[in-house]
Amino acid sequence: MNRWSERMIEAAIRFSGFVSIAFVVMIFLFLLTEGHALFRVTGLTDFLLGRNWHPISTPPQFGILPLLLGSLAVTAGASMMAVPLGIGTAVFIAEVAPKRLAGILKVGVELIAAIPSVVIGFVGMVLVAPVVREFFSLPVGLTAFTGSLMLALMSMPTMVSIAEDAIHAVPRQYKEAALAMGATRWQAIYRVILPAARPGILAAVMLGIGRVVGETMAVMMCTGGAVAIPSTLLQPVRTMTATIAAEMGETVRGSPHYNALFAIGIVLFLITLIINVTADLVIHRGRRDSP
Amino acid sequence: MVAAQPDIRPKIRSEEWSVWYGERQVLRSVTLGVRANEILSIIGPANSGKTTFLRSLNRLIDVARGVRTSGRLYLDEEDIREAREVEALRKRVGMVLALPAPLNLSVFENVAYGPRRHHIGERARLEEIVEKSLRAAYLWDEVKDRLHVSGFALSGGQQQRLCIARTLAVEPEVILFDEPCSGLDPISTARVEEAMIGLKKKYTQVLVTNNNMQAARVGDRTAFFLMGELIELGETRAIFTAPKNQKTEGYLSGRFG
Amino acid sequence: MSARHAQTIAFALLALSTLLVVLPALFMVFFLVRNGLPALSAEFLLGEPKDGMRAGGIFPAIVGSFCLVVGAITVSVPIGVLTAIYLSEYSSDSAFTRLVRLAILNLAGVPSVVYGLFGMGLFVYFLGFGQSIMAGALTLSIMNLPVIITATREALQSVPPSFREVSLALGATRWQTVRYAVLPNAIPGILTGVILEVSRAAGETAPILFTVAAFYLPGLPQSVFDPVMALPYHLYSISTQVPNISAGMRYGTALTLVGLVLSVNVVAIFLRAHLRRKRRW
Repeated sequence: MNRWSERMIEAAIRFSGFVSIAFVVMIFLFLLTEGHALFRVTGLTDFLLGRNWHPISTPPQFGILPLLLGSLAVTAGASMMAVPLGIGTAVFIAEVAPKRLAGILKVGVELIAAIPSVVIGFVGMVLVAPVVREFFSLPVGLTAFTGSLMLALMSMPTMVSIAEDAIHAVPRQYKEAALAMGATRWQAIYRVILPAARPGILAAVMLGIGRVVGETMAVMMCTGGAVAIPSTLLQPVRTMTATIAAEMGETVRGSPHYNALFAIGIVLFLITLIINVTADLVIHRGRRDSP
Repeated sequence: MVAAQPDIRPKIRSEEWSVWYGERQVLRSVTLGVRANEILSIIGPANSGKTTFLRSLNRLIDVARGVRTSGRLYLDEEDIREAREVEALRKRVGMVLALPAPLNLSVFENVAYGPRRHHIGERARLEEIVEKSLRAAYLWDEVKDRLHVSGFALSGGQQQRLCIARTLAVEPEVILFDEPCSGLDPISTARVEEAMIGLKKKYTQVLVTNNNMQAARVGDRTAFFLMGELIELGETRAIFTAPKNQKTEGYLSGRFG
Repeated sequence: MSARHAQTIAFALLALSTLLVVLPALFMVFFLVRNGLPALSAEFLLGEPKDGMRAGGIFPAIVGSFCLVVGAITVSVPIGVLTAIYLSEYSSDSAFTRLVRLAILNLAGVPSVVYGLFGMGLFVYFLGFGQSIMAGALTLSIMNLPVIITATREALQSVPPSFREVSLALGATRWQTVRYAVLPNAIPGILTGVILEVSRAAGETAPILFTVAAFYLPGLPQSVFDPVMALPYHLYSISTQVPNISAGMRYGTALTLVGLVLSVNVVAIFLRAHLRRKRRW
């Protein structure tokens, strides 16, 4: 291989580093160019805080508050279940389970993460929703709670594997020192290992929540799709993601409705951007503090 | 008779050579010369800058981040720092690393790795180079029937001699050894040392070692480094029997290091 | 309460939470197998949908998903591998490198439906590909870049630094070192990443909703600019938009999708375990 072709390939390598940045910028630019036209029709406050999402009535109303609250309700419900269970499972795999079992569980968690969201949504629809309806004697089983259940299942693998890594990264000497002083294994876990792994666990929780906020198919199929400000988790709701997925097919390119869906995309993009960057900062600050 | 040889220009020469990793200075103004076809041993405690000096000579320190240097280094009176192609410099100045580090390739391909990178592709030519290099490293008889097993399948001492053969295959003029026997048992160590002495006819060698006995056994001259400074350099026998500097004496008698 | 008792209770709770994570998933798979298995037949897997998708098979959807996966890999593997090489072998700790890392982090976090919007805006409309394999595969490939990049980086970083030093010390150039001393040893790890991308690209629905997926399109695509059916989208449509469909059709489709995705993952897991055992350094 001669110098010239070597230069070419090195140029390609450096260029591809640039490509990832370009994609992020392009995603944001495309959302912006297609979404900003909405704000000629609707003000930013009316968009974010408007209580009515009636995109095809005349005049149309593009208030996404019910959608924001729908996303919030589903996310809160899912987190309440997934965070304690996810952290508990991570601790169990990292510190309690025998090595063989831990290995099997890790593979199991990885496989759960691989189940496509449309399948989770399908199971939620045909299996979980009827149970929820019977159990709470509701008119319909497709509620925010049903969606939360399915999303909890989907977000746990992310939390478990990242939290497990964080626990694993705590130096062994910490635990050994605690055990040498006569602490039980649980005391060593609770008082020494978990505090030391806290930044990583926090990041795991945030990334798990990030997945819930952005999840589309399962919520679209399980939460009933009613655009209304929910007062309990047992009502049907509509999330931002589901709104985009459900309505985009019926819009005309360039119409206010079309623009509004891209504007929702901007909101989603920014929310997940903030979550991810914060999680990364948390992880790296934790690393710098640790010895 | 062995004295100064002032008329012979050194093969390698350093002038006031200093290296910093970030804020930390690891070499302080080292000035020395390495004569052609000698084995120069460099001894000294950990963190005395021996390895950094060695890695300056083939510019492997360029790979690390945050390295700053001052002073001059010459190979045959050409400035090493200004070598236009660092690859050509490294071809002339070969290196054997601390732990045996075969590549994940067969014995044959390990030795052929260097020549192939320098555009020798012809099979017959490669076979010739591989055999010659393995013979020079005193390994040929042990591996000639298993040239196509993985380099990792050899014993530790064989692996290290494989690494020497691999270095010889690019036909260097100088070979740098960075604690070549640190992981080896005494018998393997003896084999490697035997190989080094056999190589004196053709090559200039610089040996960094933690093992003073090894320096005494193979080194023509010995340099003692301490905290990044060259403390003393002289004929090996003189250094070990009558060191001029009391720090050298302290180190050799085991008072520190 | 003694420390011993506290430990017993705590460990029991941890084990319980693990059960609550694993059992529902196991039950789900069992449920799909029990209900879906009877529906699977040669006609179902290899036939075309009939009767407004209420009967017949899902072959066009399988073929469509296959096309999308192949397309996505073709684009994202070269870019992803080169990016990982840049990050692992070429980058210095500069502001640009930090920006690249941040960008990859964000690509990994962007919701799949937002990728759908982006793909529609860029590929379907702006570049004029229309709803097509091309538009869908490109969208999926960008979405999966972080998977390939992360897997490749990990694989490159697990190659011992001594391999690089040896190669450089023999006078090889930086690219030769990457090409001949590092990359061959990272291939298995990269392959695992590729397999994981296959499973993700095959299972995703939201990114293809507006970029490629056809609701009902018997027959096979003729070019990369044709729309296709795809398994996950097919499952979504027959679950929510086709009334009076037999349950067997739905369960069969769901089982086929889960079966394909999980078996691809199992292959990746076995490959990884096998290669870890075989590693010599």
